[in-house]
Amino acid sequence: MPGNNPAMLQNSDIFEADAVIYDLEDAVAVTQKDSARILISQFLKSSKKPFPMEIVVRINGLDTDYYMDDLNMVVSDKIDTIMLPKARVETLIELDKILSRIEEEKHLTKKIGVIPIIELAISVLEINQIVTLPRVNGVLLGAEDLSSDLEVARTKKGDEILHPRMCIAVACAAYKIDSIDTPFTDTNDDIGLKEDCRFVSSIGFTSKAAIHPNQVPTINEIFVPSRKNIEWALRVEAAAKLADEKGLGVFSLDGKMVDKPVMDRANKILKKARNYNLI
Amino acid sequence: MKRGTAGTLESNDAMIMVKESDGLKITITSIVYDFFHEQIENVIRETLKEEGLTNVEVICNDKGALDYTIKARLLTAISRMEEEK
Repeated sequence: MPGNNPAMLQNSDIFEADAVIYDLEDAVAVTQKDSARILISQFLKSSKKPFPMEIVVRINGLDTDYYMDDLNMVVSDKIDTIMLPKARVETLIELDKILSRIEEEKHLTKKIGVIPIIELAISVLEINQIVTLPRVNGVLLGAEDLSSDLEVARTKKGDEILHPRMCIAVACAAYKIDSIDTPFTDTNDDIGLKEDCRFVSSIGFTSKAAIHPNQVPTINEIFVPSRKNIEWALRVEAAAKLADEKGLGVFSLDGKMVDKPVMDRANKILKKARNYNLI
Repeated sequence: MKRGTAGTLESNDAMIMVKESDGLKITITSIVYDFFHEQIENVIRETLKEEGLTNVEVICNDKGALDYTIKARLLTAISRMEEEK
């Protein structure tokens, strides 16, 4: 959602998306960065009840003059995640330090997550390290800028981004974090969107970014949890309840340790399944 | 005389201009003036109070903005006015 558009901001909770990204980067003109920061901040402050979706703010990159003002203005208990463009290991480490400082200064009650956007060739090479960094709870592929960096044409079929997609899907799966595929930019091609969703789902992506609200139902249709995952999550939930009664924080299921990240993943699956009346 | 402007004339938005003045003056035009001009004025007065501003003129052209938008646009206009050399 463009961060300087009040009509869009105030309707952002009605589209049944798992998360909404309020944008301070490319969707906001250079002359309106200040205006967008203040608008997003006031919009979030004005909300009296919790949002039904994850609140993400895409800031400007750490190679710009805007990111520090972005962070100082929008980081609060009202947001869940900062999305970082052109992310690299070194910029993510720097972002972690800045967020820690702001969290302390503002006495935040939660730790803000980070979703790096992989849109540089060098970031693809760094992906196995990026997914291990503090706060990183998901990764978004940014195929438009990545194609530009690769100096290749962006196509609907996406052969040019096959390798980055594979790298991201595997790295995220290994660390049990969300892998978010690049948006499908033709908002009038629902069949193409569906094919794209099916393909990336088949190689392990857990979700896909939408560039327009009319893409959300199709994306949800493809990415709802499978029956197998729902059954696993229900078993984790039952085992967690039992462990809680015994005062155990960590327990094992099917010979594998279940700790907070695994329980979080199970809870996410169940939440999504319940949202779609699958259980 | 320093001044700052923020916002747009798009639906659900407001364009707000603020400039230095000898006293406080607020002018509101709105597509929903009959129903909401008092509420818009209250948001403007509260925001000016929070910012400690008493000697400014505010001109608000409202296109159906909610309170948070009025406040955000006014804060941006104030910030731009204060940054003007």
